[in-house]
Amino acid sequence: MLHRLLSGDFPRSLWLSGALALLVLVLALAPFLFTGARAMNVAATICVFIVLVASYDLLLGYTGIVSFAHTMFYGIGAYGVGLALYSIGPTWGAMALGLGIALLLSLALALVIGLFSLRVKAIFYAMITLAVASAFAILASQLSDFTGGEDGRTFSVPEMLRPGFRLIEAEVFGTAINGKLITYYLLFFGALAIFLFLLRVVNSPFGRVLQAIRENDFRAEALGYRTVVYRTLANCLAAATATLAGALMALWLRYAGPQTTLSFTIMMDILLIVVIGGMGTLYGAMIGSALFILAQNYLQALMKQASDALTAVPVLANLLHPDRWLLWLGVFFVLSVYFFPTGIVGKLRALKR
Amino acid sequence: MSEAPVLATQGLTIRFGGHVAVNNVSAEFRPGTLTAIVGPNGAGKTTYFNLISGQLPASAGKVLLYGEDVTALGAAQRAKRGVGRAFQLTNLFPNLSVLENVRLAVQSRAGLGLNLLSLWSDHVETTEKAEHFLHRVTLAERRFETASALSHGDKRKLEVAILLALEPDIFMFDEPTAGMSVDEVPVVLDLIQHIKAQGDKTVLLVEHKMDVVRSLADRIIVLHNGFLVADGDPAEVMASPIVQEAYLGMGVAESV
Repeated sequence: MLHRLLSGDFPRSLWLSGALALLVLVLALAPFLFTGARAMNVAATICVFIVLVASYDLLLGYTGIVSFAHTMFYGIGAYGVGLALYSIGPTWGAMALGLGIALLLSLALALVIGLFSLRVKAIFYAMITLAVASAFAILASQLSDFTGGEDGRTFSVPEMLRPGFRLIEAEVFGTAINGKLITYYLLFFGALAIFLFLLRVVNSPFGRVLQAIRENDFRAEALGYRTVVYRTLANCLAAATATLAGALMALWLRYAGPQTTLSFTIMMDILLIVVIGGMGTLYGAMIGSALFILAQNYLQALMKQASDALTAVPVLANLLHPDRWLLWLGVFFVLSVYFFPTGIVGKLRALKR
Repeated sequence: MSEAPVLATQGLTIRFGGHVAVNNVSAEFRPGTLTAIVGPNGAGKTTYFNLISGQLPASAGKVLLYGEDVTALGAAQRAKRGVGRAFQLTNLFPNLSVLENVRLAVQSRAGLGLNLLSLWSDHVETTEKAEHFLHRVTLAERRFETASALSHGDKRKLEVAILLALEPDIFMFDEPTAGMSVDEVPVVLDLIQHIKAQGDKTVLLVEHKMDVVRSLADRIIVLHNGFLVADGDPAEVMASPIVQEAYLGMGVAESV
């Protein structure tokens, strides 16, 4: 049962299995474990980023494609759902329509970019995706009558997903069963299903071909695999899953805007998480996302405490000032790449041997 | 030699800038035969192979498979039509296991590549077939090792196993025994002999070792400076002055 669910791809490390089980458990019970809006936001963001990063790993880690257009697909998902709910009204139908259009647009774009440019060398492909993604981000902010420009769009979600909605009147373990909780579980189970789907894809015959293309595309072609077809398909799959991730994020935030979806900063975050977690291991996306999002949200607070505690020590207090959190995140990244070139997952798996 | 040719090249030519690496080469290959392609270094043997299996696009001329013009098709499409190619420089998937290297060939042959919802490990027959081919090149017990960890000789054997696993109609071996130790060579030569004995396969072999050529080939083609300079019965070709001179490294062009 577990074998089929995980597609026979087990974490293959005791520590990793433990960490993953803990992460899934905490995410599954998050609404009952945490009370603050901040903590719930972090949990929801981790869920969405696991999908977003895992789908990017399908490209980078498994197929060896460097793309900078991943946030574009993420943004299409968020805007698709957001703009549909904003302009049609907060109904499930509008949401489905928005998601459908977003998926079609993403697939069409991924197909076009793929067929036009996956024949060229990796570096040119990366440049082309960068150009397309930049153009898309500018388009989204320029078409302000439609997209809300730089401010984005705040919208209402279907009633069942609103905080005011109560599924049952009674509280369960002191937690209200409200729309926010339902939205969270929509995200959680959505992310879980997509992650398991991706795990299946990378362990299918198709997934093996992707790895073969990453290893030696010339040879894969000589074996009878038309690499451009496989690369384009991987591109479309990754684009579709990123679109779903964007839609989930928009539902949680009830907002779609350029800063939360299309910005290049998010693209960099995705890249960092893939590398920190471990390229070519989908579990790396889980561990990496959790660590990165936690650091992003709590490193500052942690540093403030440390800085306050060390006010007497002149240089150290200054170094640990909360404003320096990005510096420390950078140090953390450099160190992790230096010490774990195969990512956290690669390191944990190697420990066993 | 009564059967129709499986493979034919007509005036096949490729130019790299001003250099003509393969120049107007026409030849036909029939099932059940083994043709050795010989010639000095730089004669265009591997380039001729690349043109046939589609790694390089021809500048002029045609490649015909079963009478069908495949010159415009890519390597993958030609592989699907039965052209199997082993490479001179070992050309593997270095970070995948030995078994997976061969499995990928079996899987391509079975047309499973686009199956993305089944588990690869559920395709038991594919894995068993891959193990069978590994067994034939005496690599079965190393199947779970990473391909890059193999010795040079074992990599060459794996290269042969991948070609066998494709189960092509046309086998193209590019110096299959180069760099192998003396005791490993017979394993590969026996396999080639066996393929030839099947009677319905066409084998093309680029080989430098003349004793190997003599023992296996039904026919020899000699390439020199991109031209086909001799084509025929091994004994005759080997005895011809052109080959003697080509192999002694003297100017053939003057004597032609």
